[in-house]
Amino acid sequence: MNPRDLFIEAAYVVASILFILGLRSLTLPDRARRGMQLAALGMLVAIVGTVVNHQIVRYEWILAGLALGTVIGYPLGVYVPMTAMPQRIAISHMFGAVAATLVGVAEFYSLGQGAQVERAQMAALGFEVLFGALTITGSFMAFGKLQELLPSRPVTFPGQNLVSMAMFVAAVVLFAWLLVEPANPRAFYAMVALALLFGISLVLPIGGADMPVVISLLNSYAGLASSATGFAIGNNVLIIAGALDGASGFILSIIMSRAMNRSFRNVLFGAFGAAPKASARSTQGLAVHAITPEDAAIQLAYARLVIVVPGYGMAVAQAQHQVRELASLIEKNGGTVLYAIHPVAGRMPGHMNVLLAEADVPYDKLKEMEEINDEFKNADVALVIGANDVVNPAARSDESSPIYGMPILNVDQAKQVIVMKRSMNPGFAGIENELFYGQNTAMLFGDAKNSLTKLVQEVKQG
Amino acid sequence: MHGVSLLELYVFILAGFVGFFTITRVPALLHTPLMSATNAISAISLVGSLVLAGADRGILPTLLGFVAVTSATINVVGGFIITDRMLKMFKRADRKGPAAPGGGARP
Repeated sequence: MNPRDLFIEAAYVVASILFILGLRSLTLPDRARRGMQLAALGMLVAIVGTVVNHQIVRYEWILAGLALGTVIGYPLGVYVPMTAMPQRIAISHMFGAVAATLVGVAEFYSLGQGAQVERAQMAALGFEVLFGALTITGSFMAFGKLQELLPSRPVTFPGQNLVSMAMFVAAVVLFAWLLVEPANPRAFYAMVALALLFGISLVLPIGGADMPVVISLLNSYAGLASSATGFAIGNNVLIIAGALDGASGFILSIIMSRAMNRSFRNVLFGAFGAAPKASARSTQGLAVHAITPEDAAIQLAYARLVIVVPGYGMAVAQAQHQVRELASLIEKNGGTVLYAIHPVAGRMPGHMNVLLAEADVPYDKLKEMEEINDEFKNADVALVIGANDVVNPAARSDESSPIYGMPILNVDQAKQVIVMKRSMNPGFAGIENELFYGQNTAMLFGDAKNSLTKLVQEVKQG
Repeated sequence: MHGVSLLELYVFILAGFVGFFTITRVPALLHTPLMSATNAISAISLVGSLVLAGADRGILPTLLGFVAVTSATINVVGGFIITDRMLKMFKRADRKGPAAPGGGARP
């Protein structure tokens, strides 16, 4: 091994170690920032190691790409608001997949349209462009839905699953054919096209509330595409970083699907499109008890323990700062405020934590479901802000409910429940929520931000 | 060109295990930063894109390489910045915890 190759390999080893240390630091919130700075340093080392590669003979396109990417990437890092984080993450999966897919396509093209590709390398290229292409379009669709360029409700047409499956099977058949006979450009490009179409049909039928699973899954696919790139071009640091990303997305999709009580198979095949029909159990004849901000404020002002349950509604209303303000007032009155975060609250894993941290809520008050569920019976008030399915008791009791078996927050055990909601329209899934009709539940109708602002004023005066 | 070796499969499987055992210990609190962090790290495909854009294998591969370099750089630059921005926001209530890098007043 000549000194130059030795330098390159050493740079990649250092980068891999720094990446792993960086991810490890994310287990401790206080160390996480320093750790990720190390990971960024690792990236720099890998880039420096790469540009001395003997295959690189001209630098103008490299510099142009680096410059353009920085010009686009910098504002995407600095100016995107925290509320837009789900779509920001979705589009970044697309960029990652574009890079992996194009490297794969160009590799195939420049190796004599597959004529000089060995079978093992074809396997790597195939996985690379399959995962890559379906992640490109899938992530773009997810971005469109989250950014509300596309309807966030499930878009379905008759025979959709059949069409999706047919495309998937056709792509796999082409892949198998290529493994037998790699010098087959038509099959290769048709496979890429089918994977692109499959990505669209995979995400189109998925509704907003299922987005945490989809984003995690696409995260995993983007990682696997990177890893396959590493196999295709014989680069270990790509294999390692891609495997880390793939594992991360995979774990997150399992956590998310468990939190929604969906099967593992469901996650892998993404067949979670079908919108559940309304629950068999009717709430007709039951009456809700509405409450005024004045009365709600009195209850909050004298509460010793208040548990806030945020949901997607809080993100939509961008009410996290008002939540924090209200909590400060309650704490000033001697009460304690904790936050119960359901794993799938919001549109991506950890969505609520980021929003509340942005509003300066200390992270030791953000409690995971298992940690806080026993506390609800001690709570004087549970304040539900724009959450619905994750607090629906039907998940515990109603076997006919589509969300039966899903772990939920025990909000109904609190002495008093105040639910902030825009109207009595059932949530995305169209499931009635008995919690709203409970004896100890009061509904505070209106936009969450307005209601919270009123509550803050009332508590201040009281 | 090079062939895919069994050694690479070892690397993949072992890295997958390291990832699995590391990431299962990341608290739900940091799942969003985790996502943006792994995304930024997997933009290491920049390494492959750089070689492609600079190898002069003809106009089409070079152009594809240019687009790939641009896409991957977007994730490297934007991904690490936004991860840092998020992690900066997570603070403890008590003052005893280890000092956050960068310091700053706490409530």
